[in-house]
Amino acid sequence: MYRYDAIDAAILADRAAEFRDQVSRRLSGQLSEDQFKPLRLMNGLYLQLHAYMLRVAIPYGTLSADQLRRLALIARRFDKGFGHFTTRTNIQFNWIKLADAPDILDSLAEVGLHAIQTSGNCIRNTTADPYAGATAEEIDDPRVWSEAIRQWSTLHPEFTYLPRKFKIAVTAAPKDRTAAKVHDIGLRLRRSRDGELGFEVMVGGGMGRTPYLGQTIREHLPARHLLSYLTAILRTYNRLGRRDNIYKARIKILVASLGAEAFGREVEAEWAQLDQTRFDLPDLELARIRADFNDVVFEDLAPASTALNIAKAADPGLARFVRNNVAAHKVAGYGIVNISLKAPGDAPGDCTADQMDAIAALADAYGSSEIRVTHAQNLVLPHVKLDDVAAVYAGLKEVGLATANIDLASDIIACPGLDFCALANARAIPIAQAIATRFADPATAEAVGELKIKISGCINACGHHHVGHIGILGVDKKGEEFYQLTLGGSGAEDASLGDVLGPALPYDRVATSVDQLVDVYLRERSPGERFLDTYRRVGLNPFKAAVYAEAV
Amino acid sequence: MPKLFKIEGDRVVAHDDLFVTLADDEAAPASVSAVILSFARFQREGEAWLSQGARVGVRLEPDQPVEGLAYDLPRLALVALAFPKFRDGRAYSAAALLRERYGFGGEVRAVGDVLRDQALPMLRCGFDAFEPADGASVDDWGQALHRFRHVYQAAADKRRPAFAERALTSGIGDVA
Repeated sequence: MYRYDAIDAAILADRAAEFRDQVSRRLSGQLSEDQFKPLRLMNGLYLQLHAYMLRVAIPYGTLSADQLRRLALIARRFDKGFGHFTTRTNIQFNWIKLADAPDILDSLAEVGLHAIQTSGNCIRNTTADPYAGATAEEIDDPRVWSEAIRQWSTLHPEFTYLPRKFKIAVTAAPKDRTAAKVHDIGLRLRRSRDGELGFEVMVGGGMGRTPYLGQTIREHLPARHLLSYLTAILRTYNRLGRRDNIYKARIKILVASLGAEAFGREVEAEWAQLDQTRFDLPDLELARIRADFNDVVFEDLAPASTALNIAKAADPGLARFVRNNVAAHKVAGYGIVNISLKAPGDAPGDCTADQMDAIAALADAYGSSEIRVTHAQNLVLPHVKLDDVAAVYAGLKEVGLATANIDLASDIIACPGLDFCALANARAIPIAQAIATRFADPATAEAVGELKIKISGCINACGHHHVGHIGILGVDKKGEEFYQLTLGGSGAEDASLGDVLGPALPYDRVATSVDQLVDVYLRERSPGERFLDTYRRVGLNPFKAAVYAEAV
Repeated sequence: MPKLFKIEGDRVVAHDDLFVTLADDEAAPASVSAVILSFARFQREGEAWLSQGARVGVRLEPDQPVEGLAYDLPRLALVALAFPKFRDGRAYSAAALLRERYGFGGEVRAVGDVLRDQALPMLRCGFDAFEPADGASVDDWGQALHRFRHVYQAAADKRRPAFAERALTSGIGDVA
C-alpha cells in the first residue's frame, strides 16, 4: 500500500499543529463556538448528542495492520473501547473530549492517519473498490488514482469552502462496490477501443432529501488528465453552486437545474482554458504512487486448496463462511476474505478495540498486513492464501467476527441514528438489530440470498436507504418514530433509487414488514432471482398488498 | 485609517489603506486619488475616475463574475473580492482566475469576513492584501501563512507542489 514519505508526514504534522492551536484558542475563549465550529468540522470533530465525535479518515478504505492497532489504542484510551466504521469507509469515535482531540491527532499522525476533511464543505475522503489490487476483474488499480485525488484534494486552497460537502468514488471493475452513481463525482476506469486508459466521469449523484443518480458528462477522459478535469468540475461547482439553501447546495441540484449536458459544457469550457499541464500529475509521480501499491509478493500456488477443502468438509460453519465471505482473487490459490461487522445483535459497523487488534494480528499473520474498509461497513483482508482461510476463520470466530452474512439480509447498513446523532429523527441501530435477529439463522439468510437492507435515521440518508433493495428511513411524526420503506433501490452497477412502498410504519411494525416482504419474494421468485430482480419483474403491488393487508 | 495587511516577500506587513471605498450612494470627497468602487459604480464612473488619473479598484461580490472585468483589468490598481461570510468560498475561484487566466498583476484584496484561519488558502489562490476582521496581529497572520512546509497542489501562488519537489529530489524529471 501507499507509504507516506517525508513530505506527506510533514503535511500531517503541520495540520495537527494547526488544529492544536485552534483548539487552544477555543479553550481559552479566543474563538467563539461559532468561529470554531467550521474549523473543527474541517477536522472531523462534530458535537453530537452526548459528546464530541471524531471521524478519522481512512483514505480509499485502506489500512495497514499498524494503523488498525493504533485505532484500537485510541478506542481504548480516549473512547469507550470501540469505534464505528462508516459508509464513507472512515471510522468514528463517539465519546471524545475536546481537550483530548489534539493528542489523538498527534497519535494518528504517527502512523499516517488523520481527520483532515472528514467533515465540512470540502472534498471528503475518496472511496474506492475494497477489492482493489485483488480482483481479477479490475481494469486498473483504483487506489493509484484515489491516492492522486487524496493528495490533490488535501487542503486544496480553492475548494475548502465549497457550497456543500463533496464526495468522489473510484471504481474499476464491472461490479461496482463503491456506489459510484450516488456520489458527487463517480469515476469508472475504462479502456477505449484503442486501449487507452480513461475514466467515465459521472456527476451529480447523491442521496439526502433529493436523491439523484449521477449522469455521465464524459464517456472517456484520458486518465492522465484526471486532476485538471476534476479542477474544472470543482471550480464550476464552487462558482455556480447554490449557497442560499443548505438543502439545495450539493452539486446534484446544480446538475439537475442546468441539465447534465449544459453542466458538462460549462466544465469542458473551463477545462479547455485551464493550463492542464500545471494540474495533471506527471507520469513520474504516478509511477511512484503505483510502485507503492505493487508491494504484495504472491506465491505460486495451486488454484484449489486441499487443506481448505478438507477443513470445509469437517466444519459446515467454515464451509458457509467460505461460500458467503470469501471472494475470488486474481492470483491462483488466494482469496479475498470479507469480515462482517454485522453480527446479529450488534450495531452495524461497530468494532471493539480487541477485535481491531485481533484483525490486525490476522492481517500480519495471513493477509500481507493490510485491511480494507467497505462502504457496506465491513472489513476485508484482500490477500489471503486459501490454505490459511481456516486459520483466519478460527481467529475471527474467537472474537465474534466470523458471521457468514456478506450481502445477506442481516448484512445491514445503518447510520448511528437517534442513539448518537443530533440530526436523527429516529433510531436506526435497534431496527437493524431487530431485522438481523430474524435472519440470524444462517440457513434462513442463505435461502433468501442477496438482500441489501439499508437504514437511515433521517432524510440525510447516511444509511443509504435510497439504494437499499429494501430501504428504511426514519421519520418523525408528532414526536413518534415512524419508518418509510422503499423497495428496489441499488447502489451497484445496476443503480436505481427505491420506490416508496406506502405510508410510514410505526417502530414495532418495521421488522415484521421486512418478513412479509421477504415472504412475497420467496413466493414470487423465479430460479436465480435476487430480491431486487424479483421486485423489478413483478413490481410494487404484491409487496404493498402484503404489508398493508390489514389496513385494506 | 482602516487596517490593511499586505504580503511583502514572505512577510505580512501592516499598512495604512490609501484607498477609499466609496458606497454606491456616497459622494466622493475632494482630493481623493485612490478609490474602490462597486462593479455597478465602476460601470458608471470608472472612465471618469481613470481619466482624472485616479487609481481605481473594483469590489466584486461573490455573484459577480471576474469575467465582467476582463477588459478593464489592465487599468485597475486592485480588485477587492468580498467574503460576506467566511464560509462563502467563491472568491477563492475568482482570485485564482484573476491571477491564472487574466494574469492580473495588481493587488487582489480580501474584504469582508476575513479571518487568519483562511490566510493560507487566500494566499495560495492569489490574494496579496487582506482587511482582517478577526483582530489578529500581523504575527498571527504570518504564522498562519507559514504553517505548512509543503503543499500538494499547484495553485496561483506558484508554490512548488509536493509532486514537483519529489521530482526534484529524485533528480529525474523537469521541474519548472
